[in-house]
Amino acid sequence: MKILVPIKRVADPDNANKVKVAPDGSSVTSEGLEWKLNPFDEWSLEAALRLTENAAEKSRVGEVVVVTIGPKDATQTIRQGLAMGAERAIRVEGDDAQLDAWQVASVLAAVAKKEQPDLIIMGKQVVDGDSNVVPQYLAELLGWPALNYAQSLTTDAEGKTVKAQRELDTGVETLEVDGPAVITCADRILHPQAVKNGVTPDDFTYPAIEGGRYATLKGIMKAKRKPIDETTVGDLGVEAAATVQYTAFELPPARSGNTTFVESVEELVEKLHADAKVL
Amino acid sequence: MQPYLFEGDEHAELRRQARRFAQERIAPQAAAWEEAEEFPRALYGEAGEAGLLGVGYPEEWGGSGGDFGHMLVVAEEFVVAGTSVGTTVGLGSHGIALPPIVRFGDDAQRERFVRPVLAGEKVSALAITEPGCGSDVASLRTRARRDGDHYVVDGVKTFITSGRRADLVTCAVRTGDAGHAGISLLVIERGTPGFRVSRKLKKTGWWASDTAELSFDECRVPVKNRIGEEGAGFAAIMANFVTERLALAGQCVAIASLAHAESIRFAQAREAFGRPLVGFQVTRHRLADMATRVAAARALVGEGVTRYLAGDARPSLAAMAKNAASDACSEVCDHAVQIHGGMGYMRETLVERLNRDARLYPIGGGTREIMNELIAKSY
Repeated sequence: MKILVPIKRVADPDNANKVKVAPDGSSVTSEGLEWKLNPFDEWSLEAALRLTENAAEKSRVGEVVVVTIGPKDATQTIRQGLAMGAERAIRVEGDDAQLDAWQVASVLAAVAKKEQPDLIIMGKQVVDGDSNVVPQYLAELLGWPALNYAQSLTTDAEGKTVKAQRELDTGVETLEVDGPAVITCADRILHPQAVKNGVTPDDFTYPAIEGGRYATLKGIMKAKRKPIDETTVGDLGVEAAATVQYTAFELPPARSGNTTFVESVEELVEKLHADAKVL
Repeated sequence: MQPYLFEGDEHAELRRQARRFAQERIAPQAAAWEEAEEFPRALYGEAGEAGLLGVGYPEEWGGSGGDFGHMLVVAEEFVVAGTSVGTTVGLGSHGIALPPIVRFGDDAQRERFVRPVLAGEKVSALAITEPGCGSDVASLRTRARRDGDHYVVDGVKTFITSGRRADLVTCAVRTGDAGHAGISLLVIERGTPGFRVSRKLKKTGWWASDTAELSFDECRVPVKNRIGEEGAGFAAIMANFVTERLALAGQCVAIASLAHAESIRFAQAREAFGRPLVGFQVTRHRLADMATRVAAARALVGEGVTRYLAGDARPSLAAMAKNAASDACSEVCDHAVQIHGGMGYMRETLVERLNRDARLYPIGGGTREIMNELIAKSY
């Protein structure tokens, strides 16, 4: 089975104080930022790796290709994906901050047409832009089914049919989809038994960790030798124009830091209404 | 925090992984584990699963590959991001227990002892020091008498890191006459009749790390547990010393970096006489001196590691690095406590604990005085 996993780097939220807006408000500046893999993408990559391995024997049985749109120094993020276990990577040259969701989806659609994966598994959104529309655009452009917020994934050893569970307000919905398809994952996909592929024994339990697997030093060293195809939007023949124009950016107002302790729910509601004016 | 000059891209990525592990698995419980004088045994398994215990060990025996430089940066991230020195050194006790087995053991021993420890399934310790014998290793008295396929071991070992929980102890014993030529290394396994933990020791610092006194009373150890030839133990112990001392020096650099960072944070937030502490020149200069001490120690440790990795292992340089880094660490931690004022004297404050941890380093792994003897002999 071959799975395409789109990934994107985001400013490390632990260093969020370094996120600055250009003086003229036209953009968010990236100087001095430390980058990390978008957490939703990391979970999706973890799910893709689980679907394409025999975890009991620690062997790979399928192929995971990570793809990102970004400048040269986004290669670090790609290497992280390769170090976790992806087989190879594609970097599409571009300024990720300047693209809108439609353009991103168009580029990914062109890559998918070239790669012909059995599945695309991706983050439902990126924690910087928070648009949450690229997976749906992408499925539409490809004419593939879209399956959102999967909390568990089950395939047979061939991997053509995917059974997924989604948590809804009213309960758990179980869906079945034939690939190729676009799938996004919820955080519960990291549950130690959320992904089953018919190869790893069904009773296998993954370690319970927050986020995707750790890249081992062995994986990090191997990643240095794994192939990264570099291409451009032009080479892919994508001519999508931006449908969204960014007009201005501003930082949220600084918090006052004042803390008020209340004695009762009534007092809380009163203060939220009269002082904070949020009710 | 500046990386060492010997670091490349893969060190940066390895640091990210180790930092994440330390932030998620160590930092939230660091203070509680230090107060409880123990961290959960399950942490070995988690670190093993993440491939972090195996860094610096050959893949053939369950390691993650890499070299001593990779090991050093993992330990630094554990200290700086995990904020528990005791947990770091307890998790890392195999760093001194396993190298003699990897270097001088046979394949059966590597399979039995090295693999399960790197997976975090078993805990290992190194036992050399005795109640009457520390730096003067050649005078150790724990006796191992040959009896058929066994050695019968009698004696006491003390200050053993991870001693209480160790499943296997790489132990220096006397199999021959007085002096260094009579020393051998045996791996003594938990549960061997006659081997017991006689007491848990209370220390100034390193609280989360378990430190014990072990005693051997007519303890029968199979001859197949001997590492290398009989009488070759002293050389195997000596071969460990360069990396052990550089590792300790690296911990000092990490502790001092952390104490400095904590001090900056405190000095920016705490106000006195109407302005933050960093608004006073005396504080700024103290912080600048601390940064300089850390940078100088880091440079010397980096040189020691770089030379070691290039095949130029210099015991005197490792000794200098250990002394320079432990002095820097003691001084920086003392300054950090001073900057924190009354809070610096409180157990709830990180630098109070780091200041206690720092006191180990001019003593452990060869005292300051022994280091100076080594240095004096080198020119």
